[in-house]
Amino acid sequence: MGVEQKLGNLGIVTTSLEKAVNWSRTRAMWPLLSGLACCAIEMMSAQASHYDMSRFGMELMRASPRQSDLLIVAGRVTRKMAPVLRRLYDQLPDPKWAVAMGDCCSCGGVFNNYAILQGVDEIIPIDVYIAGCPPRPEGLIHGILTLYEKVENEKLTKWK
Amino acid sequence: MNEKLQNAIQVLQQKYGCEAHVHRGEHTLFMSADNLFEASQVLRDDFGFNLFASLTATDYWPEEEPRMHLSYQFFSIEHNMHLRLRVPLAGDNLNVPSIEKIYPNANWYEREVYDMFGVNFDDHSDLRRILMPYEWEGHPLRKDYPLGYEEPQFTFNFDAIDLRKPKATE
Amino acid sequence: MAQLQEVSLDEIRHLVSDRAISGETMLLNMGPQHPSTHGVLRLLLELDGETIVHCIPDIGYLHTGIEKNMEAKTYQKAEVMTDRMDYLNTVGNNLVYCLAIEKLVELDVPERAQVIRVVLTELQRIASHLVWLATQSLDLAAQSVFLYCFREREIILDLLELVSGQRMMTTYIRPGGVWRDVPEEFYGAVDDFVNMFPKRIDQYDGLLTKNPIYIDRTKRIGVISAEDAVAWGLTGPTLRGSGVAYDLRKFQPYSGYEDYDFDVPTQTSGDVYGRFMVRMEEFRQSLRIVQQGMKRLKETKGAPVHSNNRKYVPPPRSEIGVSMESLIHHFKLWTEGFNAPKGYVYFPVESPRGELGCYLESDGGPKPYRVHFRAPSFSHLQAISKLSKGHMVADLVAIIGSIDIVLGDADR
Repeated sequence: MGVEQKLGNLGIVTTSLEKAVNWSRTRAMWPLLSGLACCAIEMMSAQASHYDMSRFGMELMRASPRQSDLLIVAGRVTRKMAPVLRRLYDQLPDPKWAVAMGDCCSCGGVFNNYAILQGVDEIIPIDVYIAGCPPRPEGLIHGILTLYEKVENEKLTKWK
Repeated sequence: MNEKLQNAIQVLQQKYGCEAHVHRGEHTLFMSADNLFEASQVLRDDFGFNLFASLTATDYWPEEEPRMHLSYQFFSIEHNMHLRLRVPLAGDNLNVPSIEKIYPNANWYEREVYDMFGVNFDDHSDLRRILMPYEWEGHPLRKDYPLGYEEPQFTFNFDAIDLRKPKATE
Repeated sequence: MAQLQEVSLDEIRHLVSDRAISGETMLLNMGPQHPSTHGVLRLLLELDGETIVHCIPDIGYLHTGIEKNMEAKTYQKAEVMTDRMDYLNTVGNNLVYCLAIEKLVELDVPERAQVIRVVLTELQRIASHLVWLATQSLDLAAQSVFLYCFREREIILDLLELVSGQRMMTTYIRPGGVWRDVPEEFYGAVDDFVNMFPKRIDQYDGLLTKNPIYIDRTKRIGVISAEDAVAWGLTGPTLRGSGVAYDLRKFQPYSGYEDYDFDVPTQTSGDVYGRFMVRMEEFRQSLRIVQQGMKRLKETKGAPVHSNNRKYVPPPRSEIGVSMESLIHHFKLWTEGFNAPKGYVYFPVESPRGELGCYLESDGGPKPYRVHFRAPSFSHLQAISKLSKGHMVADLVAIIGSIDIVLGDADR
C-alpha cells in the first residue's frame, strides 16, 4: 500500500540492503573443486544430471581457490593433507563458507587413528555439517540449502 | 605347472638350504636376507617368475628373534604359478638387500615397508617416506606404535581425558 | 597446524636431472588439489618448456591407516573399513577380504551366494569403468560423456541400493556368503539394465572411438611394451592394453568364474588408446557375465545364500528365539568374533584396476594380526615416471586417466 505500490508500478522494488546482498550471494555460489575421497564421487554424482546441483546455483566448480566462494570438504582429511587444505581455505577470498560433507570430515568417521584428523573443524571453521558415509546426493543438496538459509540470515554488522 | 613349481622349490632348497612350507595350497620358502638377491635373480631368469606381485612385512613384537618377517610374492604369467619367499629379520638387524635392480616394481614397495616398519633396504636408489609426511617420526605399523585414537569422552571421565588431550596453542 | 612441509630440492636432487639444479628446466608442482589428478595426487614435474623430463609422484595425502586400524577390530567389524579403500570398487574390496578369510578358515560358500557375488562384482566393474570413462573424457574436454556415464551409473547404484540398502559402501558380501537374499524386484531391474545398456555403450563408442580429436590425443601417448609393463608390475586393463592376456578370472578362477563364458580383450598398441579400447570391450564382456549369472540366479531361487557353519556365519533371527545353540553362537560372534587358525594366505582377485590382493595373517585370535592389501593403483603410479617421459603436460593428463588410479587404493 502506499508508496511501495506506486513505486512498484514504476518498476522500482524496495528491499533492505542485507536481503539483497544475501539473496545474490546464495544464487550463484561456486564451490571449489576439492574432492578428497569417496564423498567426492557422491559430490560428482550430485553435480551430474540426475541430481542436478546447477538448479541451486552451483553451475560449475572452479578449479582455482581465488575464484570460488565455498569449500566443500568431501572426504577424509589426513595429517599430510591438512596444511594443504588450510592453505586452500586461506586462499579463498571473503565472503567464504565451508561445508563438511560426510562423516570423516565432521568427526573422523569410521577412522579413529594416527593418520586422520578427527573432524576437519580442527583446522577450518565449518558452517554446515552433512552426515552420511557417503551422504546421498540429496543429503548434500539439503546441506547446501541449509547453508543458503544460514547465509540469508546473515546480518550486516557481521559482514567481513 | 606343478612340476615346474616343485622344480623351482627344489633348486632353491638345494642352493640355499631353506625350508619349504605348504599351507592352504600356497608354497612358501623361508630365505635368509643374504641369499635374497640371488634367489630373486634365479627366480626371474631361470624359472620365469616375471611379475613381482607384492611385498609386505609382519611385526612380531615383543618377540625379538625374529622381530619381523618380510613376505615377497612372485607370480609367473606363462606357467601360472605363485611362490612366496619369507625373510625373517632379527630385531637389532633390520637390513635387507633391495631387489630393485631385478624387479623395478619393487622400488615403491620397499619404500612403503621402510616407511611403515623401519626396515632398511641396502642399495635402494631412493629410500624416503612415501605414505606418511616427510618429517614424521616413528614407524606406524609396528606393534609398539600406538593406534593414536581419540578416546571417547563420557560425562564421568570427561575432565580426566581433557587433561590428556593435546590442546591447540592460540 | 604447522607450516606446509614441502619437499625441498635436496630431497629430490637425486631424482631430477642436473639441468633443474642449474635452472635450465623448470620444476612445477601439480599439486594435491587439481582438477585432473583424480584425487589427491601430487606430481613434481621437471619441464623443459612444455615437455616433461622427469615426473615424480608424491602420494600419501589420503593415507588412512586402514591396515593398522583393522588390526584393532574383529574380522567382521574390520570388513567395513575395506569398502573405503578403493571407493569405486567397493563390492570387489569386500569380496577379496571375504575370500581371504574363507581360504584361511576353510569355510564353504553355497552356489547361489557365489552367483550373487559374481553378478554384483561385474555390475561394480561396469560402474567403475563408467567413472573412469567419465573422468577421462572430462579431462580431455569431452564433457557430455561425463553426464551420460553418470546417468548409467545411477541405475547401477540403484541396483546396489535395492540389494543392500547403501549406494556405495555396501558391505553386502560377508564371510560365508552374502548378507541376505536378493529381493524380487532385483531380477526385473537387472534385466531392464542389461537390455538397455548395449545401446548406451554404442553411444559412447560413437562419440569417442572414431573421433579424430580423441584419437589425436590418445594414440601413441604413454606407450609401454609388454616386457616393461610386466617388469613394472602393471596388471589388469593397463597390462592388457600392451598385449599380455593376464586376467585373474581366467588364470586363478575364484567364486565360480570358471563356469562363465567370457573373453578377455587385449590390444597390442600399448598406448592410451589401446587401454581405452580394452576397457570399452570389458563393458560388453561384463554384461555377458551378468546375463549368465542372472539366468543361474533365476534357476536357483530359494537356495541358501550363506554357509551353515554357525561358528562363522550368524544364525537367522528366527532361530535365536527357539534354539539355545543359535543363541550361544550369536552371542559369541557378536562379542568375541570367530577365531581364525594360525597361518597366512594371499588371495588375488581381478579388480577393475588390476590385481587386488589381500594378504591375511592370523595368530589364532579373533582379530586379524596383519592384513595387507596389494593395491593395483600403488604399482601403477610408479610407472607414471616411465610412461610420461618426453610427453607434454597435456598428455600427462591423458596418461593418468588411462592407468585408472584411485588414490584411496594407492594410499590405503
